[in-house]
Amino acid sequence: MLRSATPLRGMTDRTLAWLFIGPTILLLLAFNLFPLIWTIILSFTNYRANRPSAAISGVGFDNYSRLMNDEAVWGYLQSTAHFVVGSIVLQVALGFALALLIDKKFRGHSFWTTAILMPIMLSPAVVGTFWTYFFQPQYGIFNYIIIFFSGVENFTMLGNVNLAPWAIILVDTWMWTPYVMLLLLAGLRSIPPYIYEAAEIDRASGFRLFFRITLPMVMPFLVLAVLFRLIENFKMFDLVNQLTNGGPGSATELASINLKRQAFEMWRTGYSSAFAMLLFVSIYGLSNIVVRYLEKVKQR
Amino acid sequence: MSWPLKPMPLTPVPGPLEPRPWTRRIAGMLVIAYALISLIPLAWIVLTSFRTPEDAISYPPKVLAEPSLVGYVNLFTTRTRVTPEQMAAAPPAQSWYESLIRDQGMLMAGPSRFFDRYVNSLIVGFGSTFLAIVLGTMTAYALSRFKVPGKNDLLFFILSTRMMPPIAIAIPVFLMYREVGLNDTYLGLTLLYTVVNLSLSVWLLKGFMDEIPREYEEAAMVDGYSRFQAFIKIVLPQAATGIATTSIFCLIFAWNEYAFALLLTSGNAQTAPPFIPTIIGEGGLDWAAMAAGTTLFLLPVLVFTVLLRKHLLRGITFGAIRK
Repeated sequence: MLRSATPLRGMTDRTLAWLFIGPTILLLLAFNLFPLIWTIILSFTNYRANRPSAAISGVGFDNYSRLMNDEAVWGYLQSTAHFVVGSIVLQVALGFALALLIDKKFRGHSFWTTAILMPIMLSPAVVGTFWTYFFQPQYGIFNYIIIFFSGVENFTMLGNVNLAPWAIILVDTWMWTPYVMLLLLAGLRSIPPYIYEAAEIDRASGFRLFFRITLPMVMPFLVLAVLFRLIENFKMFDLVNQLTNGGPGSATELASINLKRQAFEMWRTGYSSAFAMLLFVSIYGLSNIVVRYLEKVKQR
Repeated sequence: MSWPLKPMPLTPVPGPLEPRPWTRRIAGMLVIAYALISLIPLAWIVLTSFRTPEDAISYPPKVLAEPSLVGYVNLFTTRTRVTPEQMAAAPPAQSWYESLIRDQGMLMAGPSRFFDRYVNSLIVGFGSTFLAIVLGTMTAYALSRFKVPGKNDLLFFILSTRMMPPIAIAIPVFLMYREVGLNDTYLGLTLLYTVVNLSLSVWLLKGFMDEIPREYEEAAMVDGYSRFQAFIKIVLPQAATGIATTSIFCLIFAWNEYAFALLLTSGNAQTAPPFIPTIIGEGGLDWAAMAAGTTLFLLPVLVFTVLLRKHLLRGITFGAIRK
């Protein structure tokens, strides 16, 4: 093997490997492992970041037990689950439909694919802000259209406890469906045409083709899309913070929104570190399950 | 020396499953319908940016309003309302935008902070994208080609970066930056974005590196190239597609990031995303100016994406699944 041969000049492969990986590892240690360890340590204290000189004392598992026994925390997790499940189901359904249609390669499909992608280029915080403008009860264009067609008076999305959780799902779906579509389109394009041709000779119906070939072949990409949206939406902060800031009441108080309140408004640093660990472990665990499933569907 | 850059693509033979013309047309109509509906909010933002702040909040909403550049002028300036006597006493307007401000019964007080914020975004966004790509390319190459102890653990560790909620990272990083004086600095924000993007760039680029045949570099090394020279001259050009795609996604993240910028920067290094939602006019948010800011802020990413769009489809799979 050439790989073990000593190069005529320059560095050895070993030196080069460390030179190439070293900076990344250093950055990861400083910005990843170190904060993680620090968060774990803080989660066992009563530290408050706005009082750096106050005495810090260990409180054992107090923060964790307070977290687990707090009904409100379960409420935030439920809101998060509602948001995550609702947005993923809608985005996968819409994204899959769009990907299948674009894969028919109609005239101009590449232009329209780029056009559809535009929402993901915006800043989520700005998107959240502007949708408050569209949802505004008097001059908001979304509200105006709804009222125009339905005739409902005093219609409001963001002021209604029942509708607000759907409003954040709607906006997230508007923004991120193109991303799911792109992933699934990549999946559809990866299916070799000869598989369909073989099935066509067998006179399989379109319905059968979809469930026997298309869906199983696209499955890894679909699971990957679910994984990415799961990770992103579980920790959703910027868009919802601007759109509803958790309201009305606590109807859209997602876990990350409440985490910001605890950490940077109430400055309960120790408690919020424990909360952060709870979220991290949940996301880590859920992603792990999805990654395992991904490995399974990839092997088929 | 010429290298075979790409394997010849097979010419697609129209198979028996080629969609019928009318299927194609209906598919096209449905996709275009979705695109048009989903672009209404975006079009509305661009339209709003060419309205006066009053037209922006008129009821019922106006589709067609007199076009105006007041939004853009308001975005870049700060103004004070003055009495008619003060207005009469003021020296004549020096420029078209000063006249626009005076038409609203106000005098220009100075430039706003939008320009600074935009420049900050350019520095931090492109700076961290560049760093994430350089470091990511090197790491991905090393992980793809060399025996590195604990390689798979390292890869999963890199991916887990993205699983921490941003607020959870912000707490210790805030404390750490306070100790070392990196709060509210370009370096602090750039480094943080670089690390978050590294997870993406390493995973994505490793997928691309794995697809480049080793034989290319090995042949070059037989010809007397060192490993490093082979990396620069042979591998990098081959990885161009991967690098292009990765940089789109890194830029979209770093350009638009909000939580870290909000919590870790303030007057000095803050980027535009925390600034745009807070542009206030008289009696509330100035939607015209915010729309103008959003429109201008979208442009660099849009141009960047359109230029590199051919690479997008291959890149989006995150390198996790290979054909």
